[in-house]
Amino acid sequence: MSERIEQRFADLRKRGRKGLVPFMTAGDPLPEATVAIMRALADAGADLIELGMPYSDPVADGPTIQHSSERAIARGVGIERILGWVAEFRETDATTPIVLMGYLNPIEIYGYARFAEQARAAGVDGVLIVDVPVEESASIEPLREAGIRQIFLVAPTTTEVRLAAIRRQARGFVYYVSFAGITGASQLDPADVRRRVDHIKQGGDIPVAVGFGVRDAATAVTISESADAVVIGSALVASLAEASDAESAVSAARDFLVPIRKALDAAAAA
Amino acid sequence: MNKPIPVSDFHAYPDAHGRFADYGGIYMPETLMPPLEELTAAYLALRDDPEFIAEFERDLKHYVGRPSPIYHAERLSKKIGGAQILLKREDLNHTGAHKINNTIGQALVARRMGKRRIIAETGAGQHGVATATVCARFGLDCIVYMGAVDIERQKINVFRMKLLGAEVVPVVSGSKTLKDALNEAMRDWVTNVADTFYIIGTVAGPHPYPMMVRDFNAVVGREARAQMLEQYGRLPDVLTACVGGGSNAIGLFHAFLNDREVAMVGAEAAGEGIETGRHAASLAAGRRGVLHGNRTYVICDDQGQITETHSISAGLDYPGVGPEHAFLKDSGRASYVGITDDEAMAAFHELARTEGILAALESSHAIAQAIKLARAMPKDKLILCNLSGRGDKDVQTIAAHEGITL
Repeated sequence: MSERIEQRFADLRKRGRKGLVPFMTAGDPLPEATVAIMRALADAGADLIELGMPYSDPVADGPTIQHSSERAIARGVGIERILGWVAEFRETDATTPIVLMGYLNPIEIYGYARFAEQARAAGVDGVLIVDVPVEESASIEPLREAGIRQIFLVAPTTTEVRLAAIRRQARGFVYYVSFAGITGASQLDPADVRRRVDHIKQGGDIPVAVGFGVRDAATAVTISESADAVVIGSALVASLAEASDAESAVSAARDFLVPIRKALDAAAAA
Repeated sequence: MNKPIPVSDFHAYPDAHGRFADYGGIYMPETLMPPLEELTAAYLALRDDPEFIAEFERDLKHYVGRPSPIYHAERLSKKIGGAQILLKREDLNHTGAHKINNTIGQALVARRMGKRRIIAETGAGQHGVATATVCARFGLDCIVYMGAVDIERQKINVFRMKLLGAEVVPVVSGSKTLKDALNEAMRDWVTNVADTFYIIGTVAGPHPYPMMVRDFNAVVGREARAQMLEQYGRLPDVLTACVGGGSNAIGLFHAFLNDREVAMVGAEAAGEGIETGRHAASLAAGRRGVLHGNRTYVICDDQGQITETHSISAGLDYPGVGPEHAFLKDSGRASYVGITDDEAMAAFHELARTEGILAALESSHAIAQAIKLARAMPKDKLILCNLSGRGDKDVQTIAAHEGITL
């Protein structure tokens, strides 16, 4: 059973660093560039990569990720290819954790047992299924049995009772949604996030990653003051979308992530 | 094919988690889980509150015009030459369809919960109009999400909503139809969750919606059951209703579920024919999956991507179906069949010419199924068909379909 996620967060803590978690849609902008972009992200200092599994009806996502998903689906990107890319990435990177993020129906249709077995074999470390709250997590039991961590969302609306239930089931880390809204919106309230993240951490030692609305080095640094890791999705997806070939996508990924990594490290050292 | 589930009491569903055996549930992002819990608690309290019930029933009577009659389509039945076709006239309700039963109920819940901003999705525009209507009636703000494609094919209803003071927001993502309008309404809700109430128009979505929308529409079947006993001294042999999301069908079926001698047939949109792939028959031709917060039958490809559906009637053009229907199908209590665009059109004309009733294209699917069943049954049998809406909104679509310029 892989311990990559736990290992990575333990490592970050030991070194006094904050985690940087980029999100990209698998297969966008170009299916053939996906593995190269993942490697570029890892080289540029990503501590964990969230790989989006495109879905036709992403209710929690804003226009940037919706369109990115539509482009990937139009290019025939599905679970089998995505797992193939993860396996290919693992050929050169045995340590960077990979979390697949998506919605339930594609996994349901693919088959839970088949998905669990193949995802583990490919080197997937966790899944974040946006439309599977704690109440419905029995649906994806085979994934847990395969050692794949189930990452749960915590939202500003989450009640104490729910938070306790999430803490009991959460593995790897919890993903705090920084505001009530969709991905890529700009409603970030740093003081509110800090209050909430501190509260989540009081109840246990599971790491907290914060996403939704983190768009650049400045917001990342602000959020990292309380969070263990920051997730950046829409802003990266938008900058990758402009790339016309694999080479430019790789350099866009690097150019996007390097300054954020530097800013986070500088802030942590200060 | 799943093995039929033995069920002793169909009225015992859903359970506390919103499950109808394997179907239903709450498959939603965390942000919306607490508001859904809050809604469930508020609704369960109101459901047994005599004051709330009286308020709801008062509006159904004086504002909607209930009870709607059961009408014996004698000339139609005679022409078919088989079983007698009876029509539950939901088309005579205020706003012209069953949809108002549910929007009044939910608007009353919203008001009790202190939410002043109402959002809704709509396909054909009937639910949008019914929502805009009750928002005007109760003085609530109303925003209706509607697919850009549907806005184009239902211009009259779009204008009606605007006349009623609603804001109609075009949805240009995905297939630009009902499912995308639902996605967009969910995104609005997740963003404005503190002051907003989402009035879902069908028995789909996450718990408690399939239960709550069913309860508000179940007045149709309760009335019909009493009317049958009073007018005919017995229950009908068969019920038919069209099924998109399935709110009018469950509304009619529910009161009869434990009357095992009453058969039930849901008519789904087979569009250009199920074999062409251009249809919206989730139960007849879909597979088990998860869509819009519940486990049900969905129309999707081998990658699990929800695919575009087709029906001449925008109100049936939906790739999912209410989870209770999925449960009724698997339990064998109801059966679901596909009716093509052409069959629905033929039934529309038949009813118009023999009975002087323009049925909605959605309801014409149920009429077509009733006609099919009547042909194969003796004259002393009774088929009760839910005429869920009137067809005035569809005259442009029908003209275009038949190559007529108005």
